[in-house]
Amino acid sequence: MSKPYSFQRMMFRLKQYWDERGCIIQEPYDVEVGAGTMCPETFLRVLGPDPYRVAYVQPSRRPADGRYGENPNRLYKHQQLQVILKPAPEDVIAQYLGSLEAIGIDLSKHDIKFEEDNWESPTLGAWGVGWQVMLDGLEITQFTYFQQCGGVDLDVAPAEITYGLERLAAFLQGVESVYEIEWTEGFSYADVRLRDEQQFSVYNFDAAEVGTLWKMFELHEGECQRLLAGWAKSEDKDRYPVLAAYDHVLKCSHFFNLLDSRGAISVTERVAVIARVRKLAVGTAQLWLRQQTQETAA
Amino acid sequence: MSRFLLEIGCEEIPDWMIVPALRHLQGAVQALFDEKLPGARVERTEATPRRLALFAGDLIARQPDTVELVMGPPKSAGSGAAAGFAKKNGVTAADLETETTPKGEYFALRKKREGREAVKVLAEALPKLVLGIPWPKTMYWTSRSGSRFIRPIRWITALLDDSVVPFEIEGVASGRHTHGHRLAGAEPIEVTIDDYERQLAGNGVYLGAAARRERIEQGMAKLLEGRGNRIEPDAALLETLVYLTENPTPILGTFSADYLRLPREVLSTVMRHHQRYFSIEDAKGKLAPQFIAVMNTGADPDGLVRHGNERVLRARFNDAQFFWQGDLKRSLESRLEDLKNVTFQAQLGSYYDQTRRVAALVESLGGGEDAARAALLAKCDLTTSMVKELTELQGVMGGLYAREQGEPESVWRAVYEHYKPLSMDDSIPATKAGQFVALADKLDTLRACFGAGLIPSGSKDPFALRRAAQGVVKILVEGETGVQLEETGELGEFLLDRVKYYFREVRGFSYDEVNAVLAAGWGNLPDVLRRLEAVRAVRPTADFEPLAASFKRIRNILKQAGVEKRGDVDEALLDSEAERALFAEMNAVTGAVHAAGVSYSRALASIASLRPHVDQFFDQVLVNTADERIRANRLTLLCNLLTEFSTIADFSEIVTEKAESGTHSS
Repeated sequence: MSKPYSFQRMMFRLKQYWDERGCIIQEPYDVEVGAGTMCPETFLRVLGPDPYRVAYVQPSRRPADGRYGENPNRLYKHQQLQVILKPAPEDVIAQYLGSLEAIGIDLSKHDIKFEEDNWESPTLGAWGVGWQVMLDGLEITQFTYFQQCGGVDLDVAPAEITYGLERLAAFLQGVESVYEIEWTEGFSYADVRLRDEQQFSVYNFDAAEVGTLWKMFELHEGECQRLLAGWAKSEDKDRYPVLAAYDHVLKCSHFFNLLDSRGAISVTERVAVIARVRKLAVGTAQLWLRQQTQETAA
Repeated sequence: MSRFLLEIGCEEIPDWMIVPALRHLQGAVQALFDEKLPGARVERTEATPRRLALFAGDLIARQPDTVELVMGPPKSAGSGAAAGFAKKNGVTAADLETETTPKGEYFALRKKREGREAVKVLAEALPKLVLGIPWPKTMYWTSRSGSRFIRPIRWITALLDDSVVPFEIEGVASGRHTHGHRLAGAEPIEVTIDDYERQLAGNGVYLGAAARRERIEQGMAKLLEGRGNRIEPDAALLETLVYLTENPTPILGTFSADYLRLPREVLSTVMRHHQRYFSIEDAKGKLAPQFIAVMNTGADPDGLVRHGNERVLRARFNDAQFFWQGDLKRSLESRLEDLKNVTFQAQLGSYYDQTRRVAALVESLGGGEDAARAALLAKCDLTTSMVKELTELQGVMGGLYAREQGEPESVWRAVYEHYKPLSMDDSIPATKAGQFVALADKLDTLRACFGAGLIPSGSKDPFALRRAAQGVVKILVEGETGVQLEETGELGEFLLDRVKYYFREVRGFSYDEVNAVLAAGWGNLPDVLRRLEAVRAVRPTADFEPLAASFKRIRNILKQAGVEKRGDVDEALLDSEAERALFAEMNAVTGAVHAAGVSYSRALASIASLRPHVDQFFDQVLVNTADERIRANRLTLLCNLLTEFSTIADFSEIVTEKAESGTHSS
């Protein structure tokens, strides 16, 4: 058996695979997100009737999942490979399985199961149905047919394939801890990311100043609200900064996550704060859709 | 006669939805046959995650021709009317016949309707029929206006003998091709009805659920052969795996015996619920450091699958170990404050509030100190890392942590068991303290939810109140709490419903026995059980049902006469032998029934012995006599009889053949 792919080569190979299948290969979005789904490349592009195919690696921050770098399988920030195929091709599952073969998994020697797992994000007003894909008992991918985003029923149902890259790499390389993954020759995952995990766990759980986080949340919320409210009077709707409004939605979501990991949001408040973010997400999605239809009309 | 095969090829259908869907498909196709292709039968249905299959036989090639008689105008209307009628039906007047009816002679037309070919009937009906399968949650996969199904439909096999039944669903045309296991590749496989199942087997698919079940069971038995170890039976897990795979093959894996230091409940839950492995115990019943995973593929030639599953399990157990040690660093009791931040239900406050209410309720029910302590600790595990990860261990973990932290057995056990019974098949908490905590927890949920108007309706029961009420009933009947049910209003009715359900469905009493006994009171449920058993015991005796019929008759008489209250019988007015005999016997039996220490069954036997006297009374005495005083006295006698002997059960609720066959009049 040949040497398994390094972390980065595995990412290259997957990107190449989806490039060969007509996808735009994007770089990560430059605002903090909890999942690749939240990037505009997914959240906004799945809206409306236009076809789109895109793949990108997205570092995803989930402050509450941090473990100070001490847990071999849990990370504050992990990398997702996000693939959006809109509309979903008929052989989408075969294409997906092909991607596993492409990174060196001989499926005839492994066990693949598709277990029901319906994805839902109350914060984004989004949901879909699908599976978690289990490889020898390990969840490696979330596969979702989107049905709704930003509270809007989608015109065409896209397939979203989200690979957990650390898990896949640890599986391929046969290591027990994500930190032992070979990123590239001579550098382990720990060499590249351990400090990140340690310091951000400290910040997210212990050091972040709650009052400041709330202020940031409210500032971004306010700016987003201002932009959403300004649409109606805008005379240049083609260039109206809906995308900027969406950046502030992402910021709100991120600060919400930080407040949550800081233990600053009680369970009762939680529902209400999620509703605030959701309202922004839904408002932005609707404006984006209107902006798109207006463009086609013009 | 023709045969028919239908296969709906799908992306993976959630395992738990498959059996109900198949049942619906079978019913719908059979209904179609019965209506349009009489004589045809659905012979078999099978399914895997990727296909729903149906075999049918005895299909006629085409529907028989039918003749429809269309009545036209009366003959008297003349030839003009006849011509108009003929034209409307696309024939000439020469084609018309004369039909004689009681109203006279009419023009009529015998319209021949040619029967349609079975293939056309099927092709027309199937798309709607398939898409009509009800699913808990559907999706669209092309566009918003497209068809909805549980998962995308990718192929359709539809054969009537050797011909394709042509139809289309969402762009997928039916044909004579199927697909094998995903590993068999994407190439379509041409099949006939005869070789369909064989071809599937050759391409890695065991079509029959029974075959897959057998493969799993036999495979597991073989893996454990000669070791004295056995799997912990888990019928639900087995069913899940049967419908999660097309080619199930069990493999045996191991884990380090070091993990056996963790509670068995944790290990077993991780294996069974989270990883879908069977856990294994040794000959002494102790958990063995082994598991069985069921693959969806034929073999694990290089041991890679076993290795992978072992690796995943190790990571999960490491997490569990980390949680266990971390959680134990804090006392359970110290977590009580944290419950202020855990919502019980939006309208009902936090778990802290709930805990306070339950603890107070335990005390007022007379649960004792240990139960009160357990009530205080019962929800504290909600904030532990283990329960956040393995939510199904809520309660159980609290009990284990309490034990680890030195709480006495009656306390930790009560915490451990306070969610019991989880179903009607589950046992109630074994200890008295456990019963009190479980009871108070459920009663509190019921009272709080009903108080806030969160009342289940139809199939909607988001707070699982039916289960809670069922638990209350089961604990009260089978436990030793001595607690009486005093609920009234809507909650009272809700509980009464569950009481009836319990005695009928769980304990197997007939509905009229249950109605009869409950009509005589249901606050004390163990007493209800004793009375039911007595009624069941005395029911087959010769006198009982006739007496019950007479009681029903008495109730009707009293109802018609508007008599509700008992009174004193005036012996001087008892003017017939039958009346006097009944009165005397009543007094004697009353003494026997109410004497101290008389069992319900002996009391009932005594009551049943009244039957000849009651019969004689009705044979010889007319209640509605002209003399008002005598009539009133007789009604009082009957009223006393009815009320005196209805404290164990209201016999008039017993359904007897006689009572059902007609109403009685006095």
